[in-house]
Amino acid sequence: MLLKKKDFFFNLQNFTINFGPQHPAAHGVLRLILELDGEIIIRADPHIGLLHRGTEKLIEYKNFLQALPYFDRLDYVSMMAQEHTYSLAVEKLIGLKIPRRAQIIRVLFCEITRILNHLLAVGCHAMDVGAMTPFLWSFEEREKLMEFYERVSGARMHSSYIRPGGVSLDLPVGLLDDIYSFIRQFVYRLDEIEEMLTNNRIWKERLINIGVISLSHAIDWGFSGVMLRGSGLPWDLRKSTPYEIYSELDFIIPVGVNGDCYDRYLIRIEEMRQSLVIINQCLNLIDVGPIKTVNSEFVAPSRFELKNSMESVIQHFKFFTENVVVPHGETYCFTEAPKGEFGVYLISNNTEKPYRCKIKAPGFGHLQALNFMSTGHMIADVVTIIGTQDIVFGEIDR
Amino acid sequence: MSKYFNNLVPILLEQKKTDEHILIVESSRLLFVLNFLKKHFGFRFSLLSYIAGVDLISFSYRFCVVYDLLSVKYNSRLRIKVFLTEITPVFSCVSVFINANWWEREVWDMFGIYFEEHPDLRRILTDYGFEGYPLRKDFPLSGYLELSYNENKKQIVVEPLELSQDFRFFSFEIPW
Repeated sequence: MLLKKKDFFFNLQNFTINFGPQHPAAHGVLRLILELDGEIIIRADPHIGLLHRGTEKLIEYKNFLQALPYFDRLDYVSMMAQEHTYSLAVEKLIGLKIPRRAQIIRVLFCEITRILNHLLAVGCHAMDVGAMTPFLWSFEEREKLMEFYERVSGARMHSSYIRPGGVSLDLPVGLLDDIYSFIRQFVYRLDEIEEMLTNNRIWKERLINIGVISLSHAIDWGFSGVMLRGSGLPWDLRKSTPYEIYSELDFIIPVGVNGDCYDRYLIRIEEMRQSLVIINQCLNLIDVGPIKTVNSEFVAPSRFELKNSMESVIQHFKFFTENVVVPHGETYCFTEAPKGEFGVYLISNNTEKPYRCKIKAPGFGHLQALNFMSTGHMIADVVTIIGTQDIVFGEIDR
Repeated sequence: MSKYFNNLVPILLEQKKTDEHILIVESSRLLFVLNFLKKHFGFRFSLLSYIAGVDLISFSYRFCVVYDLLSVKYNSRLRIKVFLTEITPVFSCVSVFINANWWEREVWDMFGIYFEEHPDLRRILTDYGFEGYPLRKDFPLSGYLELSYNENKKQIVVEPLELSQDFRFFSFEIPW
């Protein structure tokens, strides 16, 4: 049988694979449909929503205090940063001022949270790329930090410690000394992790010139946090719109040059070192004082007052059943969460439940640009790019 | 700031909260306003932070779409609100801000607000065959359907919801 020429012209389609929801390097549940030409990626289409828990709808049916633990569980690697944003939003709507000691404690724990997050980000990124050891070292350090979370609030991870009005409980005796000894030894741990990775030829080959994004593209895609700083813009919300006591603290913002994954890795390591500097300054600044707004209807009374005064008993009852009634208003409150700009857009309508709470997660904007950043790269580079964008599905899917 | 806005940009209303600026714009003028604010030298609001939808069920304009812009050059923020009814569509601003893609898909998925000329308007957060718009105020908290694994059929089945206890909603406006 003669083969005709037209039999040899096939209709070619790109090979599509499912970088499926269950994948050890997908940082959670990410269904990524990759269209490939050999090993080069033509198009990457992330399907998210596999961890959608309906947080925004649930918050509309809860009090302002009952809605607080939802924020812990959004970005479950840096817990207090989200609570902090929510507490700032509620305080802005009420017009509440919090005492200085509470502000310093909040900043202290926010910086501890930043170290927690970057340890996981760098550790898991290294593990995805192939270096298994920094992952285990950084998780050991995370355990030490989560011990601080547990001593101050009772829970290792989801602490609901930072509440509207201040913080929920005072620091236990001896905690600040232990934090000081932690930061003294942590510098050497960071040096160990850096020694493993920073000058490593394989690490550099895997990370330099991968996922390069120029500054104008970064702004177009709505990046924030480390992604913007990696492309050269010294934009940090702690410096540009300072909140709490950040205007009094002295720290530098690391800024990258090339906008590739290696620069962002270096920025994260340097941010951890700067967080240690900030924690040191907080430990020096902290002073005795109240940790919640005193004598306010928006805060639960302390147990000492509860046992001595009838009004406190009534206030305690009203606070834990009905909770605060926030006047009409809307606000968008944002902080420099470790992943970027985490914001809460809160609308209240003079009841005890928020009318609408929109959660702006930095990872949502970053994952959107995955297609743009990974076209032209190979499959293994997709893993690197997902790791450098510091994706956590709790906040993306909510 | 308001005299600049009134002379240059067609807005309906400008509000100023303590440190937040809000502009209310008509939906037909939205693209022009966003393009202007992005490119004009005095404003340069080049970063779109998010697009949110709000369901105001008791108002004549049921939905509100909120755009939040950030200017890195001048370190300031601006919020733009567009009020819509259930049947008015709004133009997609993907041509102005490329990252509006996923934010608008989320508003479409959650509220059912249609964005005209969006390149790829499909669901993003809900399940693949989901019907309904979850964040609307008339959609119940528990939804209409429940998914469970049926041992006899050896697969996941979708059934109407059965709750053993009524949904308890505590409202403190009436104290009795």
